[in-house]
Amino acid sequence: MINVTIDNKQIQVEPGTTILKAARQAGIDIPTLCYFELAGMKFENKPGGCRVCVVEVVKDFNGKPRRNLAPACATDCVEGMEVLTHSPRVINARKTVVELILSDHPNDCLQCEKSGDCELQALAQKLGIRNIPFKGEQSTYRKDQTLSIVRDVDKCVMCRRCETMCNTIQSVGALSAVNRGFQAVVAPAFEMDLAESSCVNCGQCVQVCPVGALTLRDNISDVMAAINDPTKTVVVQSAPAVRVALGEEFGMEPGTIVTGKMAAAMRRVGFDYAFDTDWSADLTIMEEGTELLGRVKKVLNGEKAALPLFTSCCPGWVTFYEKNFPDLLDYPSTAKSPQQMFGAVAKNYFAQKIGVKREDMVVVSIMPCLAKKSECARDEFKVNGNPDVDFSLTTREFAHMIKQCNIDLNNLPEEDFDSPLGQSTGAAVIFGATGGVMEAAVRTAYEVYTGKPLANIDLEVVRGLEGMKEATVDFNGLPVHVGVCYGLANARKMMEEVRNGNPRGFHFIEVMACPGGCIGGAGQPYHHGNSDIIRKRMEATYREDAGKPIRKSHENPDIIAIYKEYYGEPCGHLSHEQLHTHYFDKSQHVEACGE
Amino acid sequence: MAKVKSLAELKAMREKLQSNLDLREKSNDPDSLVQIKVAMATCGIAAGAKQVMEHMMEKADELKLAIVFTQTGCMGYCHAEPTIEVKCPGRDPLVFGHVDNNKADEILTKYVMNNEMVEGIIPVNYETIG
Amino acid sequence: MHVLCCGGTGCQASASAQIVKNFETILAEKGLQDEVQVIKTGCFGFCEKGPIVKIMPDNTFYVQVKPEDVEKIVNEHIIKGRKVTDLLYLDPENQEHVADSKHMGFYRKQLRIALRNCGFVNPEDIDECISRGGYEGLGKCLTEMTPQQVIDEVTKSGLRGRGGAGFPTGVKWGLCAKNKCDEMYVICNADEGDPGAFMDRSIMEGDPHSIVEAMAICGYAIGATHGLVYIRAEYPLAIHRLQIAIAQAREYGLLGEDILGTGFNFDIELRYGAGAFVCGEETALIHSMEGKRGEPTFKPPFPAVAGYNMKPSNVNNVETFANIPIIITKGADWFQSIGSEKSKGTKVFALAGQINNVGLIEVPMGTTLRDIIYEIGGGIKGGRQFKAVQTGGPSGGCLTAKHLDTQIDYDSLVAAGSMMGSGGMVVMDETSCMVAIAKFYLEFTCEESCGKCSPCRIGNKRMLEILTKITEGNGTMEDLQELRNLAAVIKDAALCGLGQTSPNPVLSTLDNFWDEYVEHVVDKKCRAGVCKKLMNYEIDKEKCIGCGKCAKNCPGEAISKTDYIAEGHKLPSMWIDTTKCIKCGACIAGCKFGAISVK
Repeated sequence: MINVTIDNKQIQVEPGTTILKAARQAGIDIPTLCYFELAGMKFENKPGGCRVCVVEVVKDFNGKPRRNLAPACATDCVEGMEVLTHSPRVINARKTVVELILSDHPNDCLQCEKSGDCELQALAQKLGIRNIPFKGEQSTYRKDQTLSIVRDVDKCVMCRRCETMCNTIQSVGALSAVNRGFQAVVAPAFEMDLAESSCVNCGQCVQVCPVGALTLRDNISDVMAAINDPTKTVVVQSAPAVRVALGEEFGMEPGTIVTGKMAAAMRRVGFDYAFDTDWSADLTIMEEGTELLGRVKKVLNGEKAALPLFTSCCPGWVTFYEKNFPDLLDYPSTAKSPQQMFGAVAKNYFAQKIGVKREDMVVVSIMPCLAKKSECARDEFKVNGNPDVDFSLTTREFAHMIKQCNIDLNNLPEEDFDSPLGQSTGAAVIFGATGGVMEAAVRTAYEVYTGKPLANIDLEVVRGLEGMKEATVDFNGLPVHVGVCYGLANARKMMEEVRNGNPRGFHFIEVMACPGGCIGGAGQPYHHGNSDIIRKRMEATYREDAGKPIRKSHENPDIIAIYKEYYGEPCGHLSHEQLHTHYFDKSQHVEACGE
Repeated sequence: MAKVKSLAELKAMREKLQSNLDLREKSNDPDSLVQIKVAMATCGIAAGAKQVMEHMMEKADELKLAIVFTQTGCMGYCHAEPTIEVKCPGRDPLVFGHVDNNKADEILTKYVMNNEMVEGIIPVNYETIG
Repeated sequence: MHVLCCGGTGCQASASAQIVKNFETILAEKGLQDEVQVIKTGCFGFCEKGPIVKIMPDNTFYVQVKPEDVEKIVNEHIIKGRKVTDLLYLDPENQEHVADSKHMGFYRKQLRIALRNCGFVNPEDIDECISRGGYEGLGKCLTEMTPQQVIDEVTKSGLRGRGGAGFPTGVKWGLCAKNKCDEMYVICNADEGDPGAFMDRSIMEGDPHSIVEAMAICGYAIGATHGLVYIRAEYPLAIHRLQIAIAQAREYGLLGEDILGTGFNFDIELRYGAGAFVCGEETALIHSMEGKRGEPTFKPPFPAVAGYNMKPSNVNNVETFANIPIIITKGADWFQSIGSEKSKGTKVFALAGQINNVGLIEVPMGTTLRDIIYEIGGGIKGGRQFKAVQTGGPSGGCLTAKHLDTQIDYDSLVAAGSMMGSGGMVVMDETSCMVAIAKFYLEFTCEESCGKCSPCRIGNKRMLEILTKITEGNGTMEDLQELRNLAAVIKDAALCGLGQTSPNPVLSTLDNFWDEYVEHVVDKKCRAGVCKKLMNYEIDKEKCIGCGKCAKNCPGEAISKTDYIAEGHKLPSMWIDTTKCIKCGACIAGCKFGAISVK
């Protein structure tokens, strides 16, 4: 252990601890801006660029004061170090630095999407900035947007979080610093449109942006217009991860489960039918599980089939492999994502059932995700130009909608979803967490394949916030090797392994683009780098699963019913038509990326 | 060229090369062999050193003067580029600055051929260790 | 017999032209014009003792010659062969008269160590290099010394990094050598970027083999087998000559495998930089070589621990390397004997600005600014007044007349408020405006900032905006306060050396030329006449004869006739409309009657 003194407080820290972490251990909150960490999830951004966290080292390793101020986030403690975090020299430098940043910032806080959730705003407040003494040129850049992401980099503070996320965690390589000096900014290469770049719309750049430089494409007004159109029947579905995070927007503790209140809120804001994507998650398991068993059986029979099967529920991941691995398009499951399965069922089966024309039905989804916005706009998910899912809202947008309608989620009663697309099992709930799809699929595939009940339904080995996991499940003598990962850089490693002949012999791999799976999605309430929030959402997910009377997808009575009544059997003719899709080579959109 | 295989070989090579150079300097007809070094770093070339060197070589041929021309690095007199160092046998080397074609002709016809001084000499103002 | 008479500006100002004339007249009178030739030469550099007359071939060097001394020189020296003792140089140390310039202190003021082969050998011929002892340092290391002994020798020599920061080279090598690893790198920083500095380029162009040899020595010392030269693509000739040198060294087996039969392997590759100043910072340089954005990262980790490809790497600048072979062959004790107490050896400077002898010079550490400017540099152009000298490039500061006796070394330059930097030295006279100078350097750093950290990215831009405001006559005293605060914060809080030193030109001019700033702000005046927006052209209607030449010259049609005719003149005088005047000065240049002035 190392002895250091911070603000005259003596503390002991592990070697290799930064001044920032040591100070936090001692309860001293040094402000930061560019620094960002998802503790326990191998994501740390510390370019040492903003210089907000600078501190004065009055005694360094050599017993002398350090000549310059040191960035607390990037400076390791050494034995005997003495640090001041709020000396006049530090406060003057810190305030000047923030004033400088604000002098090149639009300061249109009142209209900014990030207002109230902005780290720069909070910093200015904390430091008591009341005046910006510097008047001068402000950077202006072209506005740019994709179907999911809006870039207004006039607001960029060069924290580089998005860049680190895009390159290190996602290995997408769409964003990096360009230009130099005052013109330096984070942008796609050659400042091309983000939509033309290698971007997959995972939106994690938005989730980590401290300011309003990267925000989501807002669809609230589109949805409100549909609700207020008397000729439209508006159907809403909500993804598994939304119910464990929505409460945070209303001051509830992270990990509070608000399923019932959310269903009530859907009706209060005016949706005609409050349904659940969990239902179609159960449907996904039926289709994907059957597809997996089909491929495995083929291989066992000596026929050719693409193994491992990759999950395909995550649209960021789907775009990623279309852009980067066009040679491996046979591997992912052809099953549509739960959002799109729901849309297909709603506009085919349900519309017919209630006697509404396809064109008069509007399907809205509430998702923890930004990529879902671009997924629902894909041409293959449209019939005569009419999309199966019309609009995809994020958890944050839905919270805004509820607030606009003067509804306090806290005071709503718990209500059930509507039928028939509302009842779901515990297997569907856990789709929201990394490893959940895998676990749900195993619960069903095991029983279908072996014909026996699964003894231990909790597949603990694929749970948790580890970025890459693997396990072998004994299917009655057939060892099934499964892998789970989140973060597209991890997925890239898995894909490259498969390209190199799948040496570990995987049968089935689940991939989610976002940290921790959908619970850490880009459409969720901002976590500001607090990975405990993601952890609590995960715990809530498994709590919800454990409390469900039915926990296996194939036991969902509404699922059994729809196969009986409409689809016949999983992977049958009609389900192939409505519930499965195909993939495209989009590699020409890809810029070189590398590790 | 074979590789140099040891320090001893390198030193022997140095001896030989030095005497070779000396030989070249003091060879057969000491009165007819003049050495001219042209400072050909970027600064010199930019100021026209290359063109002056070519001109001098032609002119020397024309005058039937046996002169060894070599290029070298920057002599440091950037205020007077192009600069050349002229070493006539039996005389101390002299550095001339601002050498253009006319000055070059003058140096060849007056200083080299007749040991007449011409203007534009730059006194060496440094000591080199070797 | 030849009489060489200095025709430099300094000596001309003290009547050397008259001296030449006197020589010609007197020699003609004596009928000696055919035997004795009088030549006007370039500046001898010893302007302090000018005018200089040198008699050849006996190499007699007369100082402070007056026109009336000529007769004596002709009578005594030329005719009778007796030296005129009282005109000889008096050695200040032993009070003896010295006739031969080679024995004078002044000509020992420049000592070429790093430049030892520049201007001496043909850089494209390895044989010439070997004949001057090239590669013997490497040979000595490989056969007679252990790597640790090499490091100790370099440490003992006291050599410090010539790139600017002055970190002891031997210590740096030692730190890197500690991190033994199967893959280590020797990196030569040839990304010379200071405006006006070109010593590294000259070394690579004039003596590339010394760099090749030194890198191999460093490789042996730290245990590396790979060498990389990061060189600006804007240096095509240096690249060309280095390529030739590397190829020749490979051919001779002085690079490659089993060098000189010792089993030591080393080879060098070139990497081209795209001309970003910040890539001279070693971490940025390494990122650039790795194909990443050329921007610095926080140290530690130092390159000695995690450098190129995250492997231990040692980065030295070209001039530093150029000193290495000679330190090995001549020994640390010899090198140590040159220079000042804490800075050993010599330093190359690119001398530029309002000075007579612009050029590349190499002087022992400890030489005073006065010696460089007045003796080697030949003094200020046109006999004008010295105002300031800027050292250290955009990271350095401006020093004034009171600093002229400062001995040049790393520590005293910092103490005086500037720094050594890579060796740019720009001399300024009264025609330079110090606010404009500070602005010039800041424009450079703004342009070259990588934009990573906020103080440098935004702070320097704001400082530049304030300086622009001042030079345009809109500055306030509060601006000066803000400038000081900003400069202090940027210095204190920026990420890398570029940012931390970028306020130096502003700080040093604020310290040394405060009055000039105040003049710009309060009196709206630029005494050097540089800041155009602060100047007003005026025609003295009494002096103007109304010829109209100024109006013809004016590109902005700002000059017109008035209806006033001055006494004694026939035509109406002219008048300048200051709202249209673009302050180009064309009117003044054309006026023969001195009627136009700048206020």
